[in-house]
Amino acid sequence: MELWYTDEHTSDVRFSMKASVQVASKKSAVQQIDILDTPAYGRVLVLDGGLMTTEKDEFIYHEMITHVPMAVNPHVKNVLVIGGGDGGTVRELTKYRTIDSIDLVEVDKDVVLLAKKFLPFTSCKLKDRRVSVWFEEGLRYVRGKKAEYDLIIVDSSDPYGPAEGLFTREFYGTCFKALRDDGILINQHESPFYAAHQTSVRNAHAHIAVEFPVSTVYQCHIPSYPSGHWLFGFASKKYHPIGDLDEARWNKLGIKTRYYNTELHRGAFALPNYVRELLKS
Amino acid sequence: MSRLSQQATPLAEALNAQRINRLAHFDVPGHKGGRMNPELPDYFGPLCMSLDVNSMKPLDNLGHPVSVIKAAQELAAEAFGADHAFFMVNGTTSAVQTMIWASCGRGEKIILPRNVHRSAINALVVNGAVPVYINPGRNARLGIPLGMGVADVKRAIAEHPDAKAILVNNPTYYGICSNLVEIVKMAHEAGMMVLADEAHGTHFYFHEDLPVSAMAAGCDMAAASLHKTGGSLTQSSILLTRKPVNPDYVRQVITLTQSTSASYLLLSSLDIARRKLHFKGRAMYQKTMEFADYAREEINALGGYYAFGPELVDGDAAFAFDRTKLSVHTRDIGLAGIEVYDHLRDDYGIQIEFGDIGNLLAILSAGDRMMDVERLISALAEIKRLHERSAAGLFDHEYIDPAIAMAPQEAFYARKRRVPMAESTGLVAGEFVMSYPPGIPIVAPGERITPDILEHILFAKDKGCFMTGTEDMNLDYIQVVS
Repeated sequence: MELWYTDEHTSDVRFSMKASVQVASKKSAVQQIDILDTPAYGRVLVLDGGLMTTEKDEFIYHEMITHVPMAVNPHVKNVLVIGGGDGGTVRELTKYRTIDSIDLVEVDKDVVLLAKKFLPFTSCKLKDRRVSVWFEEGLRYVRGKKAEYDLIIVDSSDPYGPAEGLFTREFYGTCFKALRDDGILINQHESPFYAAHQTSVRNAHAHIAVEFPVSTVYQCHIPSYPSGHWLFGFASKKYHPIGDLDEARWNKLGIKTRYYNTELHRGAFALPNYVRELLKS
Repeated sequence: MSRLSQQATPLAEALNAQRINRLAHFDVPGHKGGRMNPELPDYFGPLCMSLDVNSMKPLDNLGHPVSVIKAAQELAAEAFGADHAFFMVNGTTSAVQTMIWASCGRGEKIILPRNVHRSAINALVVNGAVPVYINPGRNARLGIPLGMGVADVKRAIAEHPDAKAILVNNPTYYGICSNLVEIVKMAHEAGMMVLADEAHGTHFYFHEDLPVSAMAAGCDMAAASLHKTGGSLTQSSILLTRKPVNPDYVRQVITLTQSTSASYLLLSSLDIARRKLHFKGRAMYQKTMEFADYAREEINALGGYYAFGPELVDGDAAFAFDRTKLSVHTRDIGLAGIEVYDHLRDDYGIQIEFGDIGNLLAILSAGDRMMDVERLISALAEIKRLHERSAAGLFDHEYIDPAIAMAPQEAFYARKRRVPMAESTGLVAGEFVMSYPPGIPIVAPGERITPDILEHILFAKDKGCFMTGTEDMNLDYIQVVS
């Protein structure tokens, strides 16, 4: 017998990987959580049937969502991560000794519990003394914050489930309020490739652009995600993602990365024409 | 037919059975399950189209129910604690109008609060009954009309002993209830019927922490809008009656204006909603109250807004409060309710029930999700952060006591002339002006247009309220009695 896991990228496109064993399966209060071992992608985390994290390519996502803003503003002290219950983003952030505090706000406690048990490759730094984990709605948590963070990273699942509220204008506006005067907001921005996802890419960008004076997107390649072509949003009150990049300063930190480097940083903001047009429309 | 249990949905089951039987249809509707125009099943879904049929022997007839509709109505009556229930397909409007037409004739008096829905005054325009208005109590801080005070009702009964009935909002749009039990007692002692407009009170029948329902309070008739908070399809509703009301007479009155081609989609949705309410109603409204209580707490913590609740209860004109309602007073942040409504809709993609001069109303139900409630709260926080301003110059009340010059029917059918709205002060209106929603007339036919009323109309229009009622679609002119 063969066991295959299929991620439905759109109603017309599927992506399948062979699985060797189902490691965990739990229906939480928020969603269905599954963890599988696969020959090609290693251990993978699946939420409500959708692929979230693979052992094989998670480094691309987590490095790009973290080091891009950190290279632009190395003075970041207080960071808020919304979502990101697998711990991968926190793992990258803890590489900076200059960061004082990391608040992780995850709506689903079971994701964190299962990640701690079964996904050590991402959850390994959740015990760092600078990390505090809060289990509540991201929207609710941020509502009470004012000028408390230098960096907010929205590490959410796609906008068609529990994370829907994290793609709204009220959420981005509330993040603006929670950031200090030189704050940066990074968000998981979906893929621009399939028509089925384009509306949410366009809307999210439009909502952020209303709130932040600096607002753009950057891209990377994540083989296991729909189309492989992935975007992140970079929004800030002050810093420009390339104008304020100090390559020498970041490289002096000596942080080990497998995907990110400062040359790639510059290139990541060079967007294909179809993405430019999508964001303009 | 033997007595069925609340598990049964006799009408919905019969409708589904006829669909499965694959009848050859040589009756209306002419779309024949959508085959006449495939765009319809593409749009609505083939199942929906195959259920859109007309009255036939196994499906009974709403105008003269003897089988499955009769059985379904009996189950509804039992679920709501009424002696009789009528399924209505022309909205709660038709239920309210039936109550009035079945209790008062031409020239006969009916006591009612002035903050009724336009459907009630429309009923008076049609049949010529004469209103005796009771000015509702008013909350000074919020500017909103409340229920009727017991002393005011007592006085109206004493001054108009010949009145046939009293109409009560149970509750108002804002969720405020009058002392219904006491009003029923006074009215019945005076030989008057009590009619309850429960357009916003269907849920009162299914949770003990909610205000008393009309049937439990002893009202003679009640119009319960199942589609608003009870989960049936839009435009479906229920009229409930108790002894000594003669249900056969009520049925005759209903058939005066009811469609003879009642939609089975609407009717069967009433049957299905009733079963759900009977078995799950309490849990659903418990969840709704928890959503609303949570939202009130969070919105009040934002500052500036006032999401009002049970603290409004004063033992009289605000005898009880419906905790499922989420009403928010917005004037203290310098924005009219309708302005916040527009921001929510246009900037944040959030649709609420209505915004008026100083308040907004969000309808919550068991169909809501916590993340959407969080969105609403956060969007309100954002609107305050970005748009807060001085409250100076904002109109401060939703309701103005009317000056009655003649009965609604007399004024509506009088010789009329058209005058510019801005020059109408002192004249008697020959038509309605209202914001919709909530659909409570600012001025009704037969009422004098005072400077205060004119100011209210012009302010509401200026703030972007959806103004309706006049012949002139732009509301630049109004018909007045010549």
